[in-house]
Formats: sequence, structure tokens, C-alpha cells
Amino acid sequence: MVIRDIIAMILILIGCFFFLTSAIGLLRFPDMFTRMHATGKCDTLAVLLVMTGLIVHHGINLDSFKLLLIVVFIYIANPTATHVLSRAAYRLGMQPWTKDKK
Amino acid sequence: MMKTKSMGRGKYFITFLLLLSFWLLLSGHYDLFHISIGIGCCALVSLLSADLLFDSASGATHHLVIGKFLLYIPWLVYQIILANIAVVKLVLSPKLKIDPRVFTCKTSLKTDVAKTTYGNSITLTPGTITIDIKDDVLYVHALAGNFADDLLTGEMEKRIITIFQR
Repeated sequence: MVIRDIIAMILILIGCFFFLTSAIGLLRFPDMFTRMHATGKCDTLAVLLVMTGLIVHHGINLDSFKLLLIVVFIYIANPTATHVLSRAAYRLGMQPWTKDKK
Repeated sequence: MMKTKSMGRGKYFITFLLLLSFWLLLSGHYDLFHISIGIGCCALVSLLSADLLFDSASGATHHLVIGKFLLYIPWLVYQIILANIAVVKLVLSPKLKIDPRVFTCKTSLKTDVAKTTYGNSITLTPGTITIDIKDDVLYVHALAGNFADDLLTGEMEKRIITIFQR
């Protein structure tokens, strides 16, 4: 029981670290496209880790199945939303930031 | 004519069963009131939207594709973890060593489902975003040159081809 809690805690802490990284990336990156990289991506792994931690904590039951479903739907919805947002920006003529333009 | 009609009814029935099992899994209340609400809702939704779930392909090929797709997921998760660590290094490095670029990537995938899987897989693996798909050319935004090189080796595309080939 205690070992299970420790594993869950480690997984959730690593997940929180990735959430923090995506927030820092959102603030540091220069333009819309690069910011989409930070928010749309680190979130996917962070959600997977936090939810896995919660599943480990709960054990196998109906609640943990629902948590797994949350992961599945986020993994379908997140890249689609990222793609749609960046496509909208691209079609509106937003120029991607490049190294030499600064 | 007769056969297509019975297939049409089977389509509604399978959609109804899928939705109802999903309802039962999610609700967690197994009394007459909640189950009858579930049956009503699932019947209505499957009447309205069975065409969305089964538009063209037959059941047998779906079955194979789902099996292969489940095998593809662990590899994708592994790629996501690898690439996420790379992005974390970029975000936390004191000097932002990013070199964003947009490049095009031709694909030989034919069906919409395969292209969607490919586009979403590219977006899921950090460092690359699919901006647009026109016919068989993908416009991809990459955070740095090495992410673009990883994608252009074509390993992900090969794996998706093996999922969807008949």
C-alpha cells in the first residue's frame, strides 16, 4: 500500500514538472507556433503521467477506467486542437518566427 | 438490395450496443431508472449518427486495423516520451536554442483516416506540428532542425502504412 502511494506520488510529481515546463515554454517562446509546441505537447505527457499516477493510487476499478478514458480523449482532442489553431494562424498569414529574422 | 438493407439495420444495432456499453461503464448506477434513460438516449443517438461511425469500410477490415493500431500505441508513447524530454531541454536551456522552420513532407498514405492518424501522430510527438494537409503534402512546423530530420527518416509513416494496408 505504501509502495503504491510512493509510485503514484513520483508519477504525479514528474507530471507536474512537465506541466510547469509547458507553462514556462508558453512564456519564453517567441511566437504563436512555437508556443503551441510548448503547450500542446508537454501537456500530453504530463496528463499521461498524472493520470497513470492516479490509476496506480486507485487500483483497478471503474474510476481508474474512467481516468484512462480521459487520457484517450485528450490524446485525440489535443493534437487536433493544436493543428486547427496553428492552421488558422497560418491561413491568416501569420509568419512563423525564424532565427535570423529576430 | 435485401442484403444492403439488413446491413443498414446491423449498423444501427452495433452503434447502439457500443453506445449502451459505454453508458453502462460510465454511469455506475445500475437501477431501472438510469438504465432506461441510457437505452432511450443511445437509441436516439444511434438513429441520428450511425452513419458517422460506419461510413464505408466493412467490419472485417476494421477489426484488423484496430488490432494493429493497439500495437502502434506503445511505440507512439515511447516516441512522445523521448521527444518530450528533448523539448523540456529546449525550454529550460538558458539561451533559447530554437530554430523554427516550416517544411513540407510528402506522404504516400491514401485514406483520410490514415492521413489523420499521421497528422495527429506528428502533432503529438513534441517538436513538430502539422499545420496543413493538402492532398498528399503535409506542411509541418518544427521547433528545431533535428526534429525535422527525425520525421523525414519516415519511420512513423512506415508504421502507419503497415497499420492500414489491406
